[in-house]
Amino acid sequence: MIRARGLEKRYGQKRVLHGLDVELPRAGFLLVTGPNGSGKTTLLRVLAGLAAPTRGALTVEVDRARLGFLAHEPLVYRELTALENLDLFGRLYRVPERRERIGRLLERFGLWEARSERVSSYSRGMAQRLGLCRALLHEPELLLLDEPYAALDEEGARLLDRELEALAGARTLVVATHEPRRLETLATARLALG
Amino acid sequence: MTYLADVAALARKDLRVALRARDTLPAMLLFVLATLVVFHFALPARADDAAAYGLLWVAIVFTVLLGLTRAWVPEHEHGVLDSLVLAPCDRSAIWLGKTLATLAFLLAAQAVALPVFVLLYAPLDGAALAGTVLADLGLCAVGSLLAAMAAAGRARELLLPLLLLPLAIPLVVGGVGAAISPAEERYLLFLVLYDGVFAVLSWASFEYVVTE
Repeated sequence: MIRARGLEKRYGQKRVLHGLDVELPRAGFLLVTGPNGSGKTTLLRVLAGLAAPTRGALTVEVDRARLGFLAHEPLVYRELTALENLDLFGRLYRVPERRERIGRLLERFGLWEARSERVSSYSRGMAQRLGLCRALLHEPELLLLDEPYAALDEEGARLLDRELEALAGARTLVVATHEPRRLETLATARLALG
Repeated sequence: MTYLADVAALARKDLRVALRARDTLPAMLLFVLATLVVFHFALPARADDAAAYGLLWVAIVFTVLLGLTRAWVPEHEHGVLDSLVLAPCDRSAIWLGKTLATLAFLLAAQAVALPVFVLLYAPLDGAALAGTVLADLGLCAVGSLLAAMAAAGRARELLLPLLLLPLAIPLVVGGVGAAISPAEERYLLFLVLYDGVFAVLSWASFEYVVTE
């Protein structure tokens, strides 16, 4: 699913990724760890196709339509409601039975009651849960999660644990986190940066 | 059809976000009206209509600049542009949606400003109105692309006028020419050509502006 050889990324003179080799088969779970500034976010952006590697070879065998991405931020519009945000992305991703799927996701992540409120009124944790809903909406084959536990309270973190447990083994997952202990048992591969 | 559906969904989203933020349209309206009123007192009483049409275009260009400066802020402030870029729709649909939303705001501002212009300055005939709409199209099409480029940097308020104003000059010439020249059809044709060429260029190059 993912094959990278000598992956390097520079921003000007600063080298962020130093000749990485990554191999992850379909339905694998790669846990990426490392201190702040070690290049975790950059790696995920490169894998998502949001940034081009400066050097090296990269193959990600998945179509853009089957890729899910969650960054530090939920990547949703703050002036829209949860329903409006998910409806927009559901349309762009051509999600079948969009409304039903949106409803199920919002209930699963405890946001159904707040579905018609603007995201600007959400706590950071709620916004992060909505970001997860957005990333999962189109049932991606490859899911890239950058610090998904950031801003989540204990209940939100448990919800995410359950979600990742259900997805592990069925989907390909790459998770960059400061909390590797939560995911140690699920990971099939590990990459320590920095 | 899916392309048009994507454009419609994105334009609807842009209008909704901007209307709820309540900053773009009120700012554009206030600016264009204030400018027309100030010019009314600044213009000598014996100045002819041609000067008035020129001033109208100064007001329009800076009003659209005001709208464009805010246009990509929601996408850049919270990184939402990444999620749009990753969506499997044609990326030019993002530009077209933004262009249509900006055009809607500009037309709404002009729906108030043009009657005020007629009241304070000079009449507007059919050719002048057609020239205005055509120049609006060009301003919004090119402006949305340049605003996306400028928004990625830190000095967007400085960068956008530097990029847009040189490209807006032909539109101002066309817009004023359509209002005052006896050969208005030449200016209208020029505006149609400008819109066609720059809309295609913007449509084709947007993908390279939003991807690294």
